[in-house]
Amino acid sequence: MLTATETGHIESFKPKRFAQRYGVDPLLTLFVLITTLYGLIILYSASGQSLPMVLRQGAHVVVGIAIMALLSQVRRDVIIQVTPFVFLFAALLLVAVLLFGVGAKGAQRWLDLPGLPRFQPSELMKVALPAMVAWWLTRQKLPPSISQLVIAAVLIVVPVALIAKQPDLGTSIIIAGSGFFAIFLAGISWRLLAMLGGFGLLALPVLWMVMHDYQRARVMTLIDPQSDPLGAGWNTIQAMTALGSGGMFGKGYAAGTQAQLKFLPESHTDFIVAVLGEEMGFVGISILLILYALILGRCLVLTMRAQGNFGRLLSGSITFTFFVYVFVNVGMVCGVLPVVGVPLPLISYGGTSIVSLLIGFGLIMSMQRTKRILSGES
Amino acid sequence: MEFSTGVREKNLIQSRVVVAALGGLVLLSLLFARLIWLQLVETERFQTASEANRLQTLPVGPARGLIIDRNGVVLAENRPNLQLLLIPEEVTDLDELIAEVRQRIEFTDSDAERFAKNLKTRRRPRDLVVVKDDLSESDAARIAVDLFRFPGLQMEARPTRYYPYGGLTAHSLGYVGRLSLDELKRIEEGRYAGTETIGKLGIEKAYEDALLGQVGVERVETSARGQIMRSVDREDPVPGADIPLHLDIGLTAKLYDVLGDRRGAIVAIDPMNGGILGLASAPTYDANSFIGGISQAEYSALQVDRDTPLFNRALRGQYPPGSTIKPMIGLVGLHYGAVSWKSEYFSRGFFQLPGNEHKYRDWKEWGHGRVNMDKAIIESCDTYFYDMAVRLGIDQMSEGMKHFGFGRRQGRDIQGDLPGILPSRDWKRAARNESWYLGETVISGIGQGFWVTTPLQLAAATTATARRGNFIEPHFSVLEDVDAGAPVPLGTSMDWERMIDAMEGVLHGETGTARDAARSLNYRIAGKTGTAQVVSIGQEEEYDADEIEERFRDHALFVGFAPADAPRIVVALIIENGGSGGSTAAPAARKVFDYWLLDRNGGASPPDFDYIATINQRVLEPNHADSN
Repeated sequence: MLTATETGHIESFKPKRFAQRYGVDPLLTLFVLITTLYGLIILYSASGQSLPMVLRQGAHVVVGIAIMALLSQVRRDVIIQVTPFVFLFAALLLVAVLLFGVGAKGAQRWLDLPGLPRFQPSELMKVALPAMVAWWLTRQKLPPSISQLVIAAVLIVVPVALIAKQPDLGTSIIIAGSGFFAIFLAGISWRLLAMLGGFGLLALPVLWMVMHDYQRARVMTLIDPQSDPLGAGWNTIQAMTALGSGGMFGKGYAAGTQAQLKFLPESHTDFIVAVLGEEMGFVGISILLILYALILGRCLVLTMRAQGNFGRLLSGSITFTFFVYVFVNVGMVCGVLPVVGVPLPLISYGGTSIVSLLIGFGLIMSMQRTKRILSGES
Repeated sequence: MEFSTGVREKNLIQSRVVVAALGGLVLLSLLFARLIWLQLVETERFQTASEANRLQTLPVGPARGLIIDRNGVVLAENRPNLQLLLIPEEVTDLDELIAEVRQRIEFTDSDAERFAKNLKTRRRPRDLVVVKDDLSESDAARIAVDLFRFPGLQMEARPTRYYPYGGLTAHSLGYVGRLSLDELKRIEEGRYAGTETIGKLGIEKAYEDALLGQVGVERVETSARGQIMRSVDREDPVPGADIPLHLDIGLTAKLYDVLGDRRGAIVAIDPMNGGILGLASAPTYDANSFIGGISQAEYSALQVDRDTPLFNRALRGQYPPGSTIKPMIGLVGLHYGAVSWKSEYFSRGFFQLPGNEHKYRDWKEWGHGRVNMDKAIIESCDTYFYDMAVRLGIDQMSEGMKHFGFGRRQGRDIQGDLPGILPSRDWKRAARNESWYLGETVISGIGQGFWVTTPLQLAAATTATARRGNFIEPHFSVLEDVDAGAPVPLGTSMDWERMIDAMEGVLHGETGTARDAARSLNYRIAGKTGTAQVVSIGQEEEYDADEIEERFRDHALFVGFAPADAPRIVVALIIENGGSGGSTAAPAARKVFDYWLLDRNGGASPPDFDYIATINQRVLEPNHADSN
């Protein structure tokens, strides 16, 4: 339904010809540009009116869009060929992080290699993993067999475990999700899915036991934030207070007392949507969510049009991963999900996150273009 | 075949995409629902919470009222004091913070000790704790640069009480100190919200209510770390009222000058209104040491000092009044007809009760010969008064002496004074559960035995005499000039005048006990000397023979007023172990009269501030009392 209207809308723009000529999808690029611009405006306020921070973030966006455009030019079969190596490389980097990574606040997430900017290898895995699963599953007929699924599960669990050990619960959930989507889209049978779901529920107590204390506390505060209002519950309470006090139109740009007086934690990163909600109200958040819906809609259209099963699986899982990003972040800020470190995509301050998201969009675009160049294929 | 497999796979994936997209749509609408609930339904609740976060109501302490002497000299003021303060709740590592502070400013071990004490005795949560008092300008500049790096630390110029003549005024003004736990329970908490100190003693305590003022309120916007970002609105505090005193700081300096290194007390009263012109209790201490919380070492030093500088001799020293009360007892005797101005008594040097061998001795070994009331006062004849006391009886004696204010606290704005003992049959039964012996009446007649009075009481009683039979309660502040006193219902005005004449004879008569003190005097003093036997004062395990002897020596007393016919000043003076009243106390009192009547023209001339400062400094010199 969504696809049909979107398609009709897009036809009138004649983007096909543009896409065929330049490889860059104009609508997706436009939506991304508007969203990141909106994000920079929010960031200026959320960072306490720090222009340098906004400029740096702007630079991240420019670099990300350049990489996205570049990737969109790469032929699909090249991507398919390099996928296993990129995945292996990303997995090795994750091991390296555990061995000699640097970190902050008790977690070891960063790799500080000489000559390179500091980065989080888990971000690379965000695209490498779904690509790898797609690569593996499309080597044979779909829907996948049990043995294929077992291998696919191993491909997912190993990097997810490495990231969870950093510990980075948020990212490991996102990445697990991206791998899961590739399997789901590949047509895993509903019965198997239901069984896995059942196992998952049974595994919850085990998961509870292996979780860190602070992670457990975060889950507990979701149930009752007032149980520890100055500790684990602080973030959630302050974020909900910020959102709620914003009302319909907000307190005004850069005038949110929760944000500007620093009651909001991590206001320029994970909790940035609370700043938006406080200062620009329900209207401001709705605009953002509509922008996300546009991006997601366009990505879905591109997924439908993607060439080859690998292209479809990869595009689809990247799209849904993006959605999970939005959902988990906004859900955590509104107090419906536990506090896990997931940035708001394209808005939260941070270079690696933006670049990896735009790499994902570049890959989606590159799954389109090859059709015309190699018209005989598939 | 290949083709159809491809199409089927494509359809499979695409159908799954649609399913997932629908699932996403559902979740997205959940988020929207949640946002609608938060932002559109529960708005008010969260807005209230947000305001509560943002705004803090801070009490603003009022400026404490000043205490001012009769000439407008400020005796207690509020000095800006730059303090380094701390909210412990906002500091994660206190030791580290103090280490950082030490690197920047002068922070001695005694500063550290004081800070630790302040921290321990903090009364209310989120109260500011003084890290260091009285920051120098260079220290303040050094710490100010880095202050933003240390959350919880702040610098503030908070007015702090200061006594410019802290040594001279300690025993009259008292001091303010930090609120104690007990006081916190007693006070009206709201009134002290912005105040850390309370009057502990003296005038500071008596006028606490007026001096305190009304607390103000300021609403401020604070950050999550508690930093104050800006003031939203403010209701100014009402400063406390200034308290004007009768006290003259110049005269007070003179009193301490006269006492010198000796232990003792002097109280000077204006007989016109009962106002206390000067009050000294030596040795004294610096009231300023107590304000920010005195250090343990400093306090111990004051406490173990055997000259007890913290002890207020003027209000709490209970000494036998000795012969100083003879004029009053004489008036009582005349009133009840135990004697008359005409009656005579032959003094042989001792007195005996009928049927008893015990000899009650006169200070003059061979007696005074034929003695009437005038002579008995002038020469301070003990035997005359032994005899009169027996005729009068203890009940009538104490009944009459009551009108002079003995045996009770003085009230009004006097804080912490002791009642002394006005001996009577009832008192003895109540206090000791013993019956009265006639022998006790005999010695009561010369102010010995059970009699004890404070120097303040002696001054007040003498004021009643100076006022020709009108008792007015002594008081510090002009605010207490509320009445004209109560008549002392004893004798006639002729009796009072003749008694005062006799008291003039003590100084100006040929045989007066204080005649040496009145040489070349161009005004007339009416007075009475006294010498009180020491029972035991502060006896410690000290075996130094000279010292024991010194501490056993008699107390020297003098009460009097001048000019005798139109008194402008009443003085009661005691010098502990000073010897006889005539030789020691009267000359000391003469200096006081000279200062007030001649140097200061009865208070009309301004005091010499260099002199006051010099004396204030001298009384605070350590161990000054050891030299006597």
